[in-house]
Amino acid sequence: MANRETDLSRRQIVVTGSTLAGGMALGFFVPSEAKAAVPELTARYWAEDAGDSREVNAWVVIGSDGTVTLRCPMAEMGQGTGTGLPMLLAEELECDWKSVRVEFASVNRNIRENGVYRDMLTVGSRGIRSTYEYVQQAGASARERLVSAAAAKWSVPRIECEASGAAVRHKPSGRRLSYAELVPDAARVALAQEPAIKQPKDFKLAGTRQLRLDSAIKSNGAAKFGVDTREPGQLYASIMSCPVPGGKLATVDEGPVAGRRGIKHVVKLENAVAVVADNYWRANQALKALKITWDTGAAGNTDSQQFAKDYRAALNGPMVTARNDGDAKKVLSQSSRVIEAVYETPLLAHATMEPCNATVQLKPDRLDIWMGSQSALANARMAAELAGLKPEQVYFHQAYLGGGFGRRSNGDELRQAILVAKAAKIDQPLQLLWSREQDMRADRYRPQSAIRMKGALSAGGALEAIHIESACGSIQRSGNPSAAANGIDGTAVDGIGPAVPYNRVPNWYTGLLLKNTHIPVSYWRSVGGSQNGFYMESFIDELAHAAGKDPLAFRRSLTDRPDSLAVLAKLEQMSNWHAKLPQGQGRGISLVDNHGAIGGHVAEVAVDSQGGIRVTRVFAATDAYHVVNPNLVEAQIEGGVIFGLTAMLYGEITVKDGAPQESNFDSYRMVRLADAPDVKAELALTGGMNEAGKPKWGGVGECSVAPIAAAVANAIFNATGKRIRSLPFKNIKLTQLTSL
Amino acid sequence: MAKLQVNGKTYTLDVEPDMPLLWALRNEIGLTGTKYACGIAQCGACTVLVDGKAQRSCTLPVSAAEGKPITTIEGLAVNGRPHPVQEAWVAEDVPQCGYCQSGQILSAVALLKQKPNPSDEDINTISNICRCGTYVRVRRAIHRAAGKV
Repeated sequence: MANRETDLSRRQIVVTGSTLAGGMALGFFVPSEAKAAVPELTARYWAEDAGDSREVNAWVVIGSDGTVTLRCPMAEMGQGTGTGLPMLLAEELECDWKSVRVEFASVNRNIRENGVYRDMLTVGSRGIRSTYEYVQQAGASARERLVSAAAAKWSVPRIECEASGAAVRHKPSGRRLSYAELVPDAARVALAQEPAIKQPKDFKLAGTRQLRLDSAIKSNGAAKFGVDTREPGQLYASIMSCPVPGGKLATVDEGPVAGRRGIKHVVKLENAVAVVADNYWRANQALKALKITWDTGAAGNTDSQQFAKDYRAALNGPMVTARNDGDAKKVLSQSSRVIEAVYETPLLAHATMEPCNATVQLKPDRLDIWMGSQSALANARMAAELAGLKPEQVYFHQAYLGGGFGRRSNGDELRQAILVAKAAKIDQPLQLLWSREQDMRADRYRPQSAIRMKGALSAGGALEAIHIESACGSIQRSGNPSAAANGIDGTAVDGIGPAVPYNRVPNWYTGLLLKNTHIPVSYWRSVGGSQNGFYMESFIDELAHAAGKDPLAFRRSLTDRPDSLAVLAKLEQMSNWHAKLPQGQGRGISLVDNHGAIGGHVAEVAVDSQGGIRVTRVFAATDAYHVVNPNLVEAQIEGGVIFGLTAMLYGEITVKDGAPQESNFDSYRMVRLADAPDVKAELALTGGMNEAGKPKWGGVGECSVAPIAAAVANAIFNATGKRIRSLPFKNIKLTQLTSL
Repeated sequence: MAKLQVNGKTYTLDVEPDMPLLWALRNEIGLTGTKYACGIAQCGACTVLVDGKAQRSCTLPVSAAEGKPITTIEGLAVNGRPHPVQEAWVAEDVPQCGYCQSGQILSAVALLKQKPNPSDEDINTISNICRCGTYVRVRRAIHRAAGKV
């Protein structure tokens, strides 16, 4: 402990210098209950941009006291990669997990050292599955250097030496050198070739249940989020963007804030107004007092009712083929049992708990950025361009993210912070913080969509053909109309095109019509799966019902994929699927292929006589093939269920006069403890290798969001005979729906 | 001048009486463990204990908090030893992104003071929002801490 404190003080002084005396006890603790099991994590977390003399390589630092510091290239927004990637590094390094601490890799160094930490892009549930090779390689390479350094020191063949427990041992003589003693030499070793990385079957640490590294500092207030940045002389900005996306600022009457305490600047941007003050609250109060007029253009005449009509009408428009197996149209035209339904879903906000914010200090030859970002490297490059600096003059201090869900990638808040600093010529640190209202109304939303599903059943109830027509907002085209030139945006067909858990439907057509409005749309946890999972799995349920089949057995008949079957079997067992439920309760199932993993849910609901429902229990099974830390994967599944349930029950951004209307948690409701079901998460891992002969890894951050809406809707059908085809459920009066 | 008693210390602040306690804590005192998330007392991320009761500091004016003992997340540990609720939080690995957890923990502390062994229905009275959906573990951690507060 003492060593670590000393070690840290050098770094912490920078960030804590501004806090008032006695205000902040930084440091960290590991609670006694967890002490034995958890390595420590600092409250201050980013690596020195200049590197460290105790480095073995860019990823591994071993202090003279034996402390192992591992660098994490991904953001930590709750998904747990900040624990999982260090576990993979430690696995290869052969060090004691309890001696490990973690810091975020330097973005600036990544720019200067030719992408040593790669893309630093924390999106798409790829924190492990697209990074494990180079992360494991970095750990293996560090280990090999340490072993080679020991062999050289002893003048013995490398093959006689082995690494374990943060030391190298010479097997014949039993001599031993700790990693700490080997560091300076190891850093100079040039390997003739890189060592092979471990296969999952040889893992000792990875794959085991470990506590997350950051629970303690997230339970005592020490963890630093972007919004917690406090630098000497820091100013605060509150901003309001044009309520109608794409609109421009017309006029600002600054009279109401003249002479107000603490106000430094009123800054006019092309499409926003910001107030800079010495305290965020003063800035925000002044912003609200300004009289602002906007030029909203033609978009100011649009609303949700019209959008909904337009998306439905678009289903009759020309579709681009996204998938075409067999001849679904012909089978449908000749079938005597065609089932058809239209479904729709609204725009959704991300509503991260931490509103978007960025702190910048812009000097003539240097830009410092403090924020939590899913896309730190790309944000730093964008910021450099905007500031007129070289990328290597940008120092991006990655903070914890108070939720990401796809929102914290494109750097809207960072762009504004730099524009405000430039416009007002502020060279002090400037924190631009979005109010909740700004955060919700200036979001880039989950796209709206409508879909027409058709299915043909044989006389015996076998599914012969699926025919899908989707009209969906394109994320790629949002802000870039020439994108997705072939008419296919992959995320729009995720879960209805190629990525489905079923492989035994002989005829399958998916058509897509990309349709955007002036409302910007973007990635939202589980992306296409968030709506297509609802459509596909509700419709499969409709087909099962029409075929007179058990919904689980019907799904089983649609696939011989081992992963899909493993998840179905797990759900059957976990949920006690075949047991009868009391009157007024229902049970529904769904299954998705999302971000490279198979996820399935069984939801149970209780329905009251007024048509009110309560989701009582959710059983969630996932096959991600291999996982690093089952504890954190289960946490992702539990959380994903709630995230998706909020969307299913309450989620809807409406538009009036061109402007998003919901602005806070009163109008954009969230599931809370009282309406949160009990969630049981289990893994059903089938392991295995992919076509390239490498271990299969699935993404787990998003997969569990996609199935829940359909599982709940199917449970409502099971209980009431009423089919939910439009979300959110809050808009539906069950008692007015016709039973099927 | 406003006098605030926070975590056993007295702070004399030159702030407007209607400044919400949240912004006095975060911007003036520098205690950033208390979080801003909604500003309208909806979500509970800004929860602190005032006179032992859970209060949403984003809508509580400084003038209303003067003279009362205020505990923030930074002041919950005693002599460096974490509060039993904090220990339960770590043992159950409750936090994901962690942003709401200061408020969740202080709400749990206040509940457990009132009801040392709360039922699930009692726990449901906590209305703090967690966007990551950690509710299953929040509930488990509160049960784990039961009887220890």
